[in-house]
Amino acid sequence: MTLAEPTYPDDLLYHDQHDWARLDGDDHAVFGITWYAQDSLGEVVFYDPPEVGATISKDSSYAEVESVKAVSDVIAPMSGEIVEVNDALEDTPEKINGDPYGEGWLVRVKLSHPSEADQLLGAAEYRKLLENS
Amino acid sequence: MISLPERSAISRLSLAQLSNTLPRVAEPGLRRTPLYEQHAELGARLVPFAGWEMPVQYEGIREEHAAVRTHAGMFDVSHMGEVEVEGPGALAFLQRALSNDVAKVEVGGAQYSCLCNEDGGVLDDLFLYRLGGDRYLIVTNSANHEADLAWLGRWSRQLGDVAVRDVADRYAMLAVQGPHARDTVTRTLGIELPPRMRVATARIGNRPALICGTGYTGEDGVELLIDPEIAPAIWAELLDAGVVPCGLGGRDTLRLEVCFHLHGNDLTPERNPIEAGLGWCCAEETGFIGADAVARARREGTAETLVPFTIEGAGIPRQGNPVLAGGEEAGSVTSGTFSPSLEVGIGMAYVRTDLAEPGTAVEIDVRGKRRPARIASKPLYRKG
Repeated sequence: MTLAEPTYPDDLLYHDQHDWARLDGDDHAVFGITWYAQDSLGEVVFYDPPEVGATISKDSSYAEVESVKAVSDVIAPMSGEIVEVNDALEDTPEKINGDPYGEGWLVRVKLSHPSEADQLLGAAEYRKLLENS
Repeated sequence: MISLPERSAISRLSLAQLSNTLPRVAEPGLRRTPLYEQHAELGARLVPFAGWEMPVQYEGIREEHAAVRTHAGMFDVSHMGEVEVEGPGALAFLQRALSNDVAKVEVGGAQYSCLCNEDGGVLDDLFLYRLGGDRYLIVTNSANHEADLAWLGRWSRQLGDVAVRDVADRYAMLAVQGPHARDTVTRTLGIELPPRMRVATARIGNRPALICGTGYTGEDGVELLIDPEIAPAIWAELLDAGVVPCGLGGRDTLRLEVCFHLHGNDLTPERNPIEAGLGWCCAEETGFIGADAVARARREGTAETLVPFTIEGAGIPRQGNPVLAGGEEAGSVTSGTFSPSLEVGIGMAYVRTDLAEPGTAVEIDVRGKRRPARIASKPLYRKG
């Protein structure tokens, strides 16, 4: 199952490498990949998560998602430490396609530099980026 | 995201698929098959492949794969090349050019062969169909078509009494595969089909056509070589009859599950047919080009052997991943994917011959992570 229509919720922040962040309090956030990313990749069959406790840096790869034919790095929209990974995706990676902003979330992060949020895009800006690409 | 990990080597198809995420501007110089409009209309994901703009998937690789395993799917493989070989010297020429014993092919028969260079390296793998007493058709891999033509042309001039003609523009090619493929084609097109490994002439859409009892999926089915002008109408009829359009993505997962070779991945001019497990289609006594080298490889054995393997647990192997035995590098993956039927990572790899026994435990280094795997026997997928 996939979401047929492009969707980019207004309450998320976006990274131009097609990742989203949902801020949670002052110094936590949940990350995932956007509708565009999952659509480009096709049916996701494997998600290789980072370890809980791992340090990740903004603009660097922290995980991999694979479809039948392609593998892709997942880029961190912000820096911090992994506090939780979405274990359910081990058995049902297709949730990344079906519900990329909900059950298809990838990691929960304790942010080391919450001010990095200022460098991310709003939904309208991200949509514009996609239109111009 | 949608950037390739730097150290990884990924099959050409996946690179192509990723490139589809770039701006959708038609690449100059890419050829289109007679069914391009049909693919676009169905919303296919079109990617550059061997100089062609080809559908990699329509609805999704897993669904298309399942359609071929359980029902019937069709692939536009019009990018493949056709070469006609005709003349009183045709048999003598083909015995020299192709690895198999062409004398065994009756009129209406089909045969799989390697095209080898003088060192026994595999230039291409292909099907030969005997259309008449001294008239044959070769179907080439699209990436090799021009080079095959040049190679065949050179040897044909040397041997004489035979004409080698590029007839690729004369045919569109449609592979209809799956347990219900034959029934549906018979019913829809109102034609009789040849048995497996045979070829028959027919009229489709009131034009001459060739029907081949061959395929690349491990399922029963046919490959239709038809007039490009009627290809859209035939496609539409089969679509109406419930045949599922399938892209090159599914074609790759289907063929890998049954361990059919892909030239450029599992076969290259640097590998001979013996190490590739294709000794069965080499008849050295015919004196084909490269026969001496192939005979030597058969007699003396080869340092490496192509084997299928299955990942035990998580991870998807990809082309170029190292194979490890006892922590040491002992081979390299030539094809790797996620198997939709088995729901695990599968692949083929050249490994040290002492590791080639089915059941041997190895590890695949998938971008720095060691994934346990086991050497298997062919095919990886069997109809259950």
